Amino acid sequence: MARRVRELIPAALAALLLATLVLAPLGAVALRAGGFGLLTPRDLDALWFTLWQAAVSAAISCAFAIPLARALHRRDFRGRGLLISLMGAPFILPTIAAVMGLIAVFGRKGLVNTGLGWLGLPEVSIYGAHGVIAAHVFFNLPLATRMVLHGWRAIPTERVRLAASLGFGPAQMRRHLETPMLRAVLPGAFLAIFLVCLTSFAIALTLGGGPKATTVELAIYQAFRFDFDMGRAATLALVQVALCVGALMVTARMTLPSGFGAGLDRPQPMPEGVTPASPLPDAAMIVLAAAFLLVPIGAIVLRGLPALADLPPSIWRAAGTSLAVAAGSTILTLALALPLALTATRHRWAELSAMLPLSASALVMGAGAFLIARAFVNPTSLAIPVTLLTNAVLSVPFAVRILIPAAQYLQHNYDRLASALDLRGVARLRYLTLPRLAQPLGFSAGLAAAFSMGDLGVITLFSDGRTQTLPLALFQLMGAYRMDQAAAAAVLLIALSFALFWALDRIGHHADPR
Amino acid sequence: MLTLDNLHLTQGAFHLRADLVVRTGARVALIGPSGAGKSTLLNAIAGFIAPTTGAIRWDGKDITDMPPGARPLSILFQDQNLFPHLSVTQNLGLGLDPRLKLSAAHNAQIEAALERTGLAGFGPRKPSALSGGQQARVALARALLRARPLLLLDEPFSALGPALKAEMLALVGALAQEHRTTLLMVSHDPEDARALCPETILVADGEALPPQDTDALLTNPPEALQTYLGK
Repeated sequence: MARRVRELIPAALAALLLATLVLAPLGAVALRAGGFGLLTPRDLDALWFTLWQAAVSAAISCAFAIPLARALHRRDFRGRGLLISLMGAPFILPTIAAVMGLIAVFGRKGLVNTGLGWLGLPEVSIYGAHGVIAAHVFFNLPLATRMVLHGWRAIPTERVRLAASLGFGPAQMRRHLETPMLRAVLPGAFLAIFLVCLTSFAIALTLGGGPKATTVELAIYQAFRFDFDMGRAATLALVQVALCVGALMVTARMTLPSGFGAGLDRPQPMPEGVTPASPLPDAAMIVLAAAFLLVPIGAIVLRGLPALADLPPSIWRAAGTSLAVAAGSTILTLALALPLALTATRHRWAELSAMLPLSASALVMGAGAFLIARAFVNPTSLAIPVTLLTNAVLSVPFAVRILIPAAQYLQHNYDRLASALDLRGVARLRYLTLPRLAQPLGFSAGLAAAFSMGDLGVITLFSDGRTQTLPLALFQLMGAYRMDQAAAAAVLLIALSFALFWALDRIGHHADPR
Repeated sequence: MLTLDNLHLTQGAFHLRADLVVRTGARVALIGPSGAGKSTLLNAIAGFIAPTTGAIRWDGKDITDMPPGARPLSILFQDQNLFPHLSVTQNLGLGLDPRLKLSAAHNAQIEAALERTGLAGFGPRKPSALSGGQQARVALARALLRARPLLLLDEPFSALGPALKAEMLALVGALAQEHRTTLLMVSHDPEDARALCPETILVADGEALPPQDTDALLTNPPEALQTYLGK
């Protein structure tokens, strides 16, 4: 009995630390909040914008994901696997760098407007509500597409063969196979994207702003930095928490489909006859989507690479800081997530506490941490530690979700043997848990590191401009219209984020002794 | 001597009572219809299922609340007896020191156990590079190294072919004799019981009966066993 209690200590400590890190800022915010009477009409606009842009972004992403996934599923072509793998990239791609890419294509001097100028057509602008939505679609269309592709793959081959033997044409395929699958997958995909867009900050900060394109996250930032109105900022933070908790309560009723995961890159073309003979519509869909997703990144790389050598030392310093923050927050994420995942298979409290960070957003945690820190020190001196902690905490729910299935498998298959041999404590961690969980640990470490590397959130509240992470430095270069340097910094940021993910994921695979 | 003192096991609607004694050095088969609770009883003795009431004793000492690894027994499961990511030597080493701090003496013991089970030279291999029969031998070699007085077999050889299974049972019998190990074996095949176990515990109708003579039981089976044996 005593031993069973002792085994729960690491998870209990992790849960306690995580709860403190989430609930202390929330408490500070709640104490400081000045009542909803403080909210200005502008704040209510922000609330409204947050909700409808999230809904529209999710709807557009899903709408385009349907034909794109259908085309990718039923056509085999060279580079198909690579394209589908690249659709997993938004999980790792730093938001601010992607925004740079979108500006390079759709901005005032971007490719699209240059083309329109030649044709004598009026300019389009990337700034404003539609820009925010376009950026959200850029990030979430791949996510939705992967979810729908998962749905396609889950249709048993036997059923597809049956459809072929019954002489189904494309219309019947749609009615009897695709529509039921979409009905199962799309609500989850919509909700997952809606959730992501609800806490959007960096995109709204760079492409939005103004009365018609400010999210609640951005409004918290503005109340803090521009109005110095802590009471209103805290009230807005509470509004954001209410949004997150409300959305969580809706999602708790359903299982969200998984966007990452393996097995999608093997082609599984449809049998003859059930696919329309002309490949043109499918090809057009694939080419357009690939262009929308790849050209912005290509443009930024082309522009940034030559300027890489001219980056000032301050940018390299910022890159070093970001690497250190990413390393620290990744270690902390794993240290919290591993014991919680191992315990969550048996005790519901462990899983619930791991999901606690989903109720707060980066700016809410930042605002709370600022209010607490202000009572003791000058908050700017804590910019880096607070960024590190927030990044780590926000990554825990995802890491735990990745680890739980592997932990279940591990315990189901090896728990009896391990306890029959009295394998426990550090020896058990070293000879059983770490080797068997190496792959999901490496994968979640890679995601956590890339997220921390590319995150532009809390640091904007705390920094005095001298303490810089790489995303913040990039944001400041953009603000100063030094676009060549900004492009170079974006290339550096993208490269470091992908390298971190790739290296950690590799280490995981390599350490897996199977 | 293993004593099951008025032991009651309950899992949902399932219930099993056992009140019996197995003497030291005995070789006992557990036979009965599937679902009667043979494996459940073995798992309770091994410490994976807590009894609702009653006690398990070894040589008079109450082991009912002991963690599985501390009990004076080794158990071989139906499958998953080896860690696939550890080498044969490491898998065996776990039987000597769960923290895998192996001394020269330990390594000599491992070599000897490999030799005894016909696996000399297989130490550096991973279980996946072994055949099913060889994997079963590794598991048996580890039980040998653990040198506990009681050995529980939960059909560990059921996936092997008849010839290989007979060979393994013969090896188990020889090792048990050498070390005066008390043996409890779940079996689906009455011939296995006849070959290796002079005594049998019949598990049927919610009760595990005390050990009785295997030959007599199988030649003249009571009703519960008749249906199962198809006689």
